[in-house]
Amino acid sequence: MFEYAPAPESRSVVDLKPSYGLFIDGTFVDPTDGGSFKSINPASEEVLAEVAEAGAQDVERAVRAARKAYDKVWGPMPGRDRAKYLYRIARLIQERSRELAVLESLDNGKPIRESRDVDLPLVAAHFFYYAGWADKLEHAGFGPNPRPIGVAAQVIPWNFPLLMLAWKIAPALAAGNTVVLKPAETTPLTALLFAEICQQADLPAGVVNILTGAGDTGRALVEHPGVDKVAFTGSTDVGRAIARSVAGTRKKLTLELGGKAANIVFDDAPIDQAVEGIVNGIFFNQGHVCCAGSRLLVQENVAERVLESLKRRMAQLRVGDPLDKNTDVGAINSAAQLERIRELSDAGSAEGAERWSPPCDLPDRGFWFAPTIFTGVTQAHRIAREEIFGPVLSVLTFRTPAEAVEKANNTPYGLSAGIWTDKGSRILWMADRLRAGVVWANTFNKFDPTSPFGGYKESGYGREGGRHGLEGYLNV
Amino acid sequence: MSERVAVRKTYKLFIGGKFPRSESGRSYLVQSSNVSLASRKDARDAVVAARAAVKGWAGATAYNRGQILYRAAEMLEGRREQFVALGIPGDEVDAAVDRWVWYAGWADKLAQVYGGANPVAGPYFNISAPEPTGVVAVVAPERPALLGLVSVIAPAIVSGNTVVVAASATEPLAAVTLAEVLATSDLPGGVVNILTGAITETAPTLAAHMDVNAIDLTGVTDAALATDLEVKAAENLKRVLRPAPADHDWSVDPGLDRMTALLETKTVWHPKGV
Repeated sequence: MFEYAPAPESRSVVDLKPSYGLFIDGTFVDPTDGGSFKSINPASEEVLAEVAEAGAQDVERAVRAARKAYDKVWGPMPGRDRAKYLYRIARLIQERSRELAVLESLDNGKPIRESRDVDLPLVAAHFFYYAGWADKLEHAGFGPNPRPIGVAAQVIPWNFPLLMLAWKIAPALAAGNTVVLKPAETTPLTALLFAEICQQADLPAGVVNILTGAGDTGRALVEHPGVDKVAFTGSTDVGRAIARSVAGTRKKLTLELGGKAANIVFDDAPIDQAVEGIVNGIFFNQGHVCCAGSRLLVQENVAERVLESLKRRMAQLRVGDPLDKNTDVGAINSAAQLERIRELSDAGSAEGAERWSPPCDLPDRGFWFAPTIFTGVTQAHRIAREEIFGPVLSVLTFRTPAEAVEKANNTPYGLSAGIWTDKGSRILWMADRLRAGVVWANTFNKFDPTSPFGGYKESGYGREGGRHGLEGYLNV
Repeated sequence: MSERVAVRKTYKLFIGGKFPRSESGRSYLVQSSNVSLASRKDARDAVVAARAAVKGWAGATAYNRGQILYRAAEMLEGRREQFVALGIPGDEVDAAVDRWVWYAGWADKLAQVYGGANPVAGPYFNISAPEPTGVVAVVAPERPALLGLVSVIAPAIVSGNTVVVAASATEPLAAVTLAEVLATSDLPGGVVNILTGAITETAPTLAAHMDVNAIDLTGVTDAALATDLEVKAAENLKRVLRPAPADHDWSVDPGLDRMTALLETKTVWHPKGV
């Protein structure tokens, strides 16, 4: 590998306070019955800030503030004015994007190249896109008089903290709802900076409330009787629990859950492009991606060539300091997630699959896992069935397109899939048969605010993004 | 000369395009007839039949599905008097036929209205299209026995789903007669399966079944049962349509909700380049 001099992004662009309160009714407040916890940098284990943990009374306060804002301000406000607030937020995010990107990488461990070039541009674009819908809802195809639902409880994961916030808050506000959002406990900081942006935008108090905390806070929030809508992105197990908890209520639910996507490479695919797509599919964001291409299905007659090329490419991946602009693969988000990845990878070896990683120096401190592939994987192996949510690829082979479809669909999940072939008719034939909400053909892991995203089967229900993304926030 | 002795009809289940009795051998007396009392096993058999029918029905062209559904409306119209003889008001039969025709026409329009091209910020072709979610369990409303039933079956199957319907327990004869309509409409066996009997017996099995993708609780009037069914449905994250309010007016324009609630949106990306 070429030696590059370090090219560190400056962390001085971020002005972190030592501690943060809850953002309720337009101001930062101390928790009434909660506690506090520390958010750390997963690349160094240093403490970044102390953050409030919301208790049940704080949830009550936040839901009440959101209700008041919905009844008095945001609900009655003309769509064109809601739009203007959302446009303001989009602009503020663009203006402060460097600061937000650095903070995202500090708190999450993702490479600055990704937070700067993927997360932040998409966050701003998402607000910009939905801003324009706020005064056009009657043209969105959901009937002549679509109405907001009310107060939305939103719980988001740690893999794309600010982007998931944008996916939740932008359509909710555009449709006229108010929100109480809980960011993940390991990555709360960009959501708190977003709260400051709401203040800067003079967004009316109570329209956006941010409650930091862990599972208990999230549970109290989604189970609160004053909530009309629940939106969750995270694991399928938690999604199931939420679906049970809203049973028998009026709450409208959308879920964006796990995945175990097949990335299918045919023998006529341009190998170099496919290998780039495989690498992007599983090593983007350390594999902490619900739609990651975690199962490589490669046609048997090219498997050897593809694997050889893939290994050569993997040896070029730079794993290390997330703030170094040369870094390709950053830190694993938490000790708990690292443990989960290790446990499943060990199961892969124990069940007989063959493990390979490129030679790779990992830092001494922080949470790290080298990019890893398993070959000789069968459909029965845990690493082929369970979501690892890390930089671990399981390689399986197939002979015919029908077999590829069969294997790709042989999972309770159905979030995404990839197809690599030069034959157009085969792409469309495959796309018709893959039970997945997003199909990337000759590309992978592409996202856009206009493009609906969401799963089939146990990957959840509802769509985020595009015109479809409004439906979950409207009474239609 | 003595009066002619009528030939009476046996009312049975409708599973996989056939009319079996309940495997349990049970029936119950309702509307002056013995009607099959479906068991949990019948419900599971119906799911197997519905699953087997998905590939052909979802894979049929939208035009073909529309033709078949329109044909069903023709058959329904032809049996108007038979439904009236069951005590269904003539107006309701007319409304049911009209509703069926309305939904039939959606078969080849849904993808255009509900899908479309997405203008992504990059050199990519990007399109979203709706697809059926798969096997749908339906608890039909107790009444109106025909219009209510048609209003829950047609929106589910028009997009390519297959259904297992727990029919009205108190007025099941309209459902069995509708099954006879469907059996003579070129509708492939298994696309619609109808269970008569107690929903307390069949619905929990359907709600908990791991090979059912969605459940429509429209006809559940007991709130505790509805909650229990929704909890069971969470196990494999079934799409859930909650019960209709008791005063729901089945005669009004139904809108798209019942169709769209049972659809998945698939988005396909491809780079543009030379």
